[in-house]
Amino acid sequence: MTKEEILARGGSKVNARPSLLLDATMHYCPGCSHGVVHKLVAEVIEELGMTDSAIGIAPVGCAVFAYNYIDIDWIEAAHGRAPAVATAAARLNPDAMVFTYQGDGDLAAIGTCETIHACNRGENITIIFINNGIYGMTGGQMAPTTLEGMKTSTTPYGRRADLNGYPLNITNLVKELDGTCYVTRQTVHTPAAVRKAKAAIRQAFINTREKRGTSFVEIVSTCNSGWKMSPADANKWMEEHMFAKYPPGEIKNTVKDQK
Amino acid sequence: MTQEIIITGFGGQGVLSMGKILAYAGLLDGLEVSWMPSYGPEQRGGTANVTVILSDEPISSPVLDQYDIAVILNQQSLDKFESHVKPGGTLIYDPYGIHRLPERTDIKVVEVKATETTIASGNLKAYNMILLGALLKLYPMVSPDTVIKGLEKTLPQRHHHLIPMNRAAIEQGATLVD
Amino acid sequence: MKGNEAIAHAAIRYGVDGYFGYPITPQSEVLETLEELRPWETTGMVVLQSESEVAAINMVYGGASTGKAVMTSSSSPGVSLMQEGISYIAAGQLPTLIINVMRGGPGLGTIQPSQSDYFQAVKGGGHGDYRLIVLAPASVQDMADYVGLGFDLAFKYRTPAMLLSDGIVGQMMEKVVLPPFRPRRTDAEIAKQCPWAVTGKRGRKERNVSTTLELESRTMEENNRRLQAVYDEIERNEVRFEQYMTDDADYLFVAFGCMSRICKKSIEQARSRGIKVGLLRPITLWPFPTGAIADLSKRVKGILVAEMNAGQMVEDVRLAAEGRTPVAHFGRNGGIVPNPGEVVESLVSQFSIKE
Repeated sequence: MTKEEILARGGSKVNARPSLLLDATMHYCPGCSHGVVHKLVAEVIEELGMTDSAIGIAPVGCAVFAYNYIDIDWIEAAHGRAPAVATAAARLNPDAMVFTYQGDGDLAAIGTCETIHACNRGENITIIFINNGIYGMTGGQMAPTTLEGMKTSTTPYGRRADLNGYPLNITNLVKELDGTCYVTRQTVHTPAAVRKAKAAIRQAFINTREKRGTSFVEIVSTCNSGWKMSPADANKWMEEHMFAKYPPGEIKNTVKDQK
Repeated sequence: MTQEIIITGFGGQGVLSMGKILAYAGLLDGLEVSWMPSYGPEQRGGTANVTVILSDEPISSPVLDQYDIAVILNQQSLDKFESHVKPGGTLIYDPYGIHRLPERTDIKVVEVKATETTIASGNLKAYNMILLGALLKLYPMVSPDTVIKGLEKTLPQRHHHLIPMNRAAIEQGATLVD
Repeated sequence: MKGNEAIAHAAIRYGVDGYFGYPITPQSEVLETLEELRPWETTGMVVLQSESEVAAINMVYGGASTGKAVMTSSSSPGVSLMQEGISYIAAGQLPTLIINVMRGGPGLGTIQPSQSDYFQAVKGGGHGDYRLIVLAPASVQDMADYVGLGFDLAFKYRTPAMLLSDGIVGQMMEKVVLPPFRPRRTDAEIAKQCPWAVTGKRGRKERNVSTTLELESRTMEENNRRLQAVYDEIERNEVRFEQYMTDDADYLFVAFGCMSRICKKSIEQARSRGIKVGLLRPITLWPFPTGAIADLSKRVKGILVAEMNAGQMVEDVRLAAEGRTPVAHFGRNGGIVPNPGEVVESLVSQFSIKE
């Protein structure tokens, strides 16, 4: 495919740095999905003209420094509390486009309560949920979304349901809540997947701008450092194992929106 | 003038609202007032009490251990508070359900058959206003007219049809004491 | 009206932008009154019942980060849950108002009034080196007045303020004159007053970030020094206290909040017995009126610190008195409200006063 053909299909140049992505060296490991998702968020905010209205809520976890990479206003929340922080920021600033960016430990373990209740109230926010099934920042411990049998530093012999409980599919949980208008599960491991993920983030941010309720975008991601694999092997492992429990695709969409 | 009053009985007898109506009338008459309830599960049928202070000076403690007047509506309250009436003070009690009568001789003891009167009147909601009528007859610290004015101000419009009944209850209460 | 109701009315009249809270006895009337008054239809104030105290304080953190005047209220166990968030708010230098209508602990404890969260309020409570401006209301009027005072101080110093109240002041009814209405600040006024506010860039060149994370130790020490400099300034400028009948006093009560009211009655009783007692009532528990107590300690025969706890503020009074005069403690806890006579008896027996 030529560059022109790609552009004609609505894709973006793979190598261009969005102007909102700051010229800072990212602390993410090579092969990590965060960098790609950051880029998509920056691109969509710019393309939708939301640079002046966007407020990002950063989590505790690997993405704690998200505010160093995207040139918008940010609030760095306590561990798990991003949806509560976003709730107040959005309600008190109705003109702002407020989104959270959270990992699986932040969103689905310590912050489950805030996640569920913000979604249930239908707060006008977007929640971007990076699910890589492991705690990256603290060194590879079990996450609520860790698969059965998966080895982590706190499940060194593999996660066992009888000892550690089952992997938590929180995206399917929030689908059931009346407050969510859009729930989707995406990945960023292939160019095609990246384009789909971008469209999902775009849809979510439009929903937030139009005050349609809570939009929830899960990105099933790799953590090749935590998984102790090469980036390529991690992508393969994700397709073979993570997708069985967390299959990508649209899960709920109450508003079909056009670009 | 300072009147330090405790009203005490079962939750649901209208103890707290009687105190509130009295305090609000004091407020309308330009007095300093404080209303300090017992709160919590008492509201659900245990014993409830409220301390009401009316004064023409600033009020210090809203919590007291000695009272000028105690309005006592059950046996537990009588057992607990009889000794807390100031010498020379007044103990008003409803004899209904009381099996041990007040024993002190250094205070004025007044019996008000409020339960009996309420049952006879057929209007169970009038109970605390009958008591208030008796109290104000003994100690006219605020006038019944001010009490009615207070009700007019605080009751939602939809309950205003109850005001004549309340006035009648206050008047009836006044006939129960000398 | 009740003290708790006065807080709700005062908040709307001050032009508060948002209230976030979770029900807990004995302060639920704050949220109930706000929901009853529906300020979102008049001033535009946001009122939200959160899913927990943890969520509430983080909503306060989020709202305050955007430069808005936001507050929460709770009672002891709920305020314990909020401590992590309060530490973040202090670290982020976010002006906010937190109200604790204290009940007895520890644990789930009792719903009856207490003053046993003094240490938690004035010594930090959460992790890290920080302070809260702590105001101790003693009347329903104070509850109404200190909402505005608390916010004024919070914005002046960019720091959280706390009203440390209790079940008595929250539940009692008294006469109150509510403060006048003032409009909420406009977005332009907020941008001017709070150039740090996270509002979306709105044409700003530099982005605003509200964060409390700093992994570089030297920078983090600088952040701490900056906070401490603010605290020093508050200690110099904002000490508030009330003195009552101290001019001729042989003995001194030190008491705050509802306990100071009870002590005034105790003074009446003691003086009728010929015992000359006065009262120093700290209005700010932090900054603490150390100087005033030090001065009085030079001329009284003894100080009785009366608190509804097992002995907390007494430590700060001893530090202020520096051994110049004996300092004793009288306390009840578990939700027991002492009566004025008990306090007098404690004074007489602890200082062996001959009548």
